[in-house]
Amino acid sequence: MHSYLQIENAEMVFNTKKGKFTALRDINLNVQKGEFIALIGHSGCGKSTLLNLVAGLTDATNGVLLLNNHEIKGPGPDRGMVFQQHSLLPWLTCFGNVHLAVERVFGAKESKKELKARTEAALELVHLSHAMHKLPGEISGGMKQRVGIARALAMEPKVLLMDEPFGALDALTRASLQDELMRIVSETGATTLMVTHDVDEAVLLSDRIVMMTNGPAATIGEILSVDLERPRDRLALAENAHYHHLRGKVLEFLYQKQVKKAA
Amino acid sequence: MSAVTFNESSLDQVMNQPNSVKIEPAEAPRKPRPTPFFETERGKATLDWLGGALRSALPPVIGIALFILLWQIVSSSGGESGLPGPAKTWESAKELFADPFYDNGPNDKGIGWNILASLYRVGAGFGLAAMVGIPLGFMIGRFQFLSGMVAPIISLLRPVSPLAWLPIGLYVFKETDPASIWVIFISSIWPIILNTAAGVSQVPQDYLNVARVLNLSEWKIFTKILFPAVLPHLMTGIRLSMGVAWLVIVAAEMLTGGTGLGFWVWDEWNNLNVEHILIAIFIVGIVGLILEQALVLIAKRFNYE
Repeated sequence: MHSYLQIENAEMVFNTKKGKFTALRDINLNVQKGEFIALIGHSGCGKSTLLNLVAGLTDATNGVLLLNNHEIKGPGPDRGMVFQQHSLLPWLTCFGNVHLAVERVFGAKESKKELKARTEAALELVHLSHAMHKLPGEISGGMKQRVGIARALAMEPKVLLMDEPFGALDALTRASLQDELMRIVSETGATTLMVTHDVDEAVLLSDRIVMMTNGPAATIGEILSVDLERPRDRLALAENAHYHHLRGKVLEFLYQKQVKKAA
Repeated sequence: MSAVTFNESSLDQVMNQPNSVKIEPAEAPRKPRPTPFFETERGKATLDWLGGALRSALPPVIGIALFILLWQIVSSSGGESGLPGPAKTWESAKELFADPFYDNGPNDKGIGWNILASLYRVGAGFGLAAMVGIPLGFMIGRFQFLSGMVAPIISLLRPVSPLAWLPIGLYVFKETDPASIWVIFISSIWPIILNTAAGVSQVPQDYLNVARVLNLSEWKIFTKILFPAVLPHLMTGIRLSMGVAWLVIVAAEMLTGGTGLGFWVWDEWNNLNVEHILIAIFIVGIVGLILEQALVLIAKRFNYE
């Protein structure tokens, strides 16, 4: 069976001043269409490096990455990226930021009116229609991150890549954005790869959790299937024994099998 | 109550509504004393503002007063041949600015003409420097190879005193006006190039990653990301350049003659009109200050942080 996203024997070696540094080795992962994958591990384990490989921001030194049977070579708009630091352009309004992406992907074949409608629809999806004409400096951190998500989704990417998208937010904002992300993903059926180091976030959102060993030369340690029914509700899950069992499994991996040595 | 005169209608009123007759209270309740303005909220705010304004205005005012006093002491201690004092200079300035735009032939023009002549040369030289320097700065910042190529040339030419370029200008253009514009151009181009290039190389990697993920064209990268991101640095470069240009123009005009503030200073020195030299110094300072402040104002508009 063909997977939507295939990673085979991927390896990433950086040339540093102190010689070669192997960040990732023997990465094998198959992602089905519509699946939500969380990448979890201690900091420095190369989860972001793996995401950058899929994004095409860096090229793997070895191995093959296939998306829909096409080799990933360089970045492209078929992979929507949501950055940790939102990365909105401060001189463009929310509309302008999303429109830049929409124009790039659909500008050649659609009219201005259609592009505008697409942009507005994307902002509507993240419930930001009211802040459309504000500059990023005028809205809160959570709203900025939602614009980032809208920008990524507006391109109708094959895969949505998220690099700790909620890491810089406070706990309450994070929870509400997680709920929104669940709604958006179920509405759009987006295939998603999300880097996180929040165990609850990983269990709540994903279909499978990819747990990575500590670097250097990190690889995939275990893959945990999260067979909780959707739609998921964080309050109901708080009482759910299976949820706690899964959560315990991730914690066990992170804090027993892969103890991070104190720096 | 004053005397009441009855007519038909008022009688009617009284008859129909006997109970509505108001009885004046024995003693009217005393009107509350109106709050003095400076005790109301707005008054207090005004007072605070006044106090703040006074506190921030006081040091400069005292400074300027001391400066004028010092000037007075220096000038009066020199006796007959000493510097003109503030009062004498002020009188002379009033006379001078009464008719700033007279024109009595090539070497005798009003102060207004001279200021405009200097501003024109600065504008032309500085404008050319921006036209050449900004694109050059962008290219140097974007392409490592080019940067390596021009870096030694810039390092060599930048420390050269601006007036050293004047003879070359005179030789090439055979005329004084383009020669002084050339001096402005060559001395004000370096800050523009260097600041623009530094700005380009400091564009946050995040923004460039966005450009790469979206796969934007070079033109889009330039207009939507590079240019807006570099603009604050660019404005700094322009401000520094403008400062240099204004410094250099007076010196250049002293040598080239004809019109302009620099020429005027030298001309008044030859006439031994020291008041006018002092006035010229103030004019140069004030015009420079205005130019600087105008650019600061523009720069603020492009600050997104």
